[in-house]
Amino acid sequence: MTKPVLATTSLAGCFGCHMSFLDIDERILELIDLVEFNKSPVDDIKTFTKQCDIGLIEGGCCNSENIEVLKDFRKNCNILVSVGECAIMGGLPALRNGISIKECLEEAYLDGPTVKANTEKIMPNDEELPMLLDMVYPCHEIVKIDYFLPGCPPRADLIWNALVALVTGDELKMPYEVVKFD
Amino acid sequence: MVKKDEKISFEIDGQTCSAWAGQPLLDAAKDNGIFIPSLCHVQGLKPAGSCRICNVNVNGRNMTACTTRVSAGMVVENHTPELNELRKTIIEVLFVSGNHFCPSCEKSGNCELQALGYRYQMMVPRFPYEFPVKGVDARPDLIYHDRNRCIMCKRCVRSITKDGKHVFALNGRGGEHLHVAMDVDLASQLTEAEAQEAMDICPVGAILKKEQGFLVPIGERKYDKAPIGSDIEAQNG
Ligand code: SF4
Ligand code: SF4
Ligand code: FES
Repeated sequence: MTKPVLATTSLAGCFGCHMSFLDIDERILELIDLVEFNKSPVDDIKTFTKQCDIGLIEGGCCNSENIEVLKDFRKNCNILVSVGECAIMGGLPALRNGISIKECLEEAYLDGPTVKANTEKIMPNDEELPMLLDMVYPCHEIVKIDYFLPGCPPRADLIWNALVALVTGDELKMPYEVVKFD
Repeated sequence: MVKKDEKISFEIDGQTCSAWAGQPLLDAAKDNGIFIPSLCHVQGLKPAGSCRICNVNVNGRNMTACTTRVSAGMVVENHTPELNELRKTIIEVLFVSGNHFCPSCEKSGNCELQALGYRYQMMVPRFPYEFPVKGVDARPDLIYHDRNRCIMCKRCVRSITKDGKHVFALNGRGGEHLHVAMDVDLASQLTEAEAQEAMDICPVGAILKKEQGFLVPIGERKYDKAPIGSDIEAQNG
């Protein structure tokens, strides 16, 4: 039997959810038996090479590249899972949602207390750079998301249990201690 | 009014309960080991009936348990799929209509709204996030008021006073967005103990004491291990 194919990505996230995923310790050996990895920072495959069964999304959408990647995941994965608070509600990057882009950029590149080296007052505007969005969006407000795993990061046990449940079709075990918003 | 000389019996989800006649249903349920979720209600304060999370079905009609007084023979439904769904919906609305960044909130783990989110297994709100622009007032020395997290339960409005004057008040009844505002002069006069009291009366992280964040480690906070209300239900065996 061929193994289910898994893809993962980090959009506007901090890689904490991926770190938590790796926090499954020795179960990582079981993971290799359980699924085959496709596009993911875990194996460094950069583009989809086949249709995947499950896509794990870390991070919300803060720029045009995030939207592109997320839509690509929706197209190439049968099931999409929002992993963590940033994917679910924007998370800490969304703290900028009440502040204008102009103010954010000025604080980051011109006026911030730690800005010392930028003597020429340059704002990054290379056309290679993705465009910032007006605010940070939860993933399910951009594409359809099938499942949600809260936490900052979600506990390793929650990610593991969810993955096993998706792959085996068994009921998801959700003990009280593993579902948290922080 | 509560008649401390008259015991009556009534029913919640088929369980016979006893209480003082006229006791608020929410308090009476608690005394009988039954948890009805609440946010705006605090035993001893005048019921406000504003958050609606305590909705129960009394003799066939939905009513708020904090403002309903028990009477003999009352038949109450509490733990039903319909009511629990309604409660979950209210929780979701509260989450999207404020700015609740739990990972960076000092109340996280001890927050009643978050704990209800856990209890009713909110994985994601079904409504779009509003990301409203709301202010923080950090002028007093000992406390600050973060309106991003205020759920307008008015617990502070009803209870926190300095020399008989209200420190918090509901503002903006005419036109302006309704919000809870803090009187900075009065708040600045609060003692350490009064500041603590203000922080503790707030069910969420909207009133916090300065300079003492994240005191209890993750795993040992109030709602880390057991759901809100499980202490009440434990009395029921
Ligand atoms: S007040 Fe409660 S629900 Fe809101 S951010 Fe803080 S912990 Fe989360
Ligand atoms: S500050 Fe806290 S106690 Fe006061 S109304 Fe807001 S949520 Fe309720
Ligand atoms: S607790 Fe009854 S309406 Fe809020």
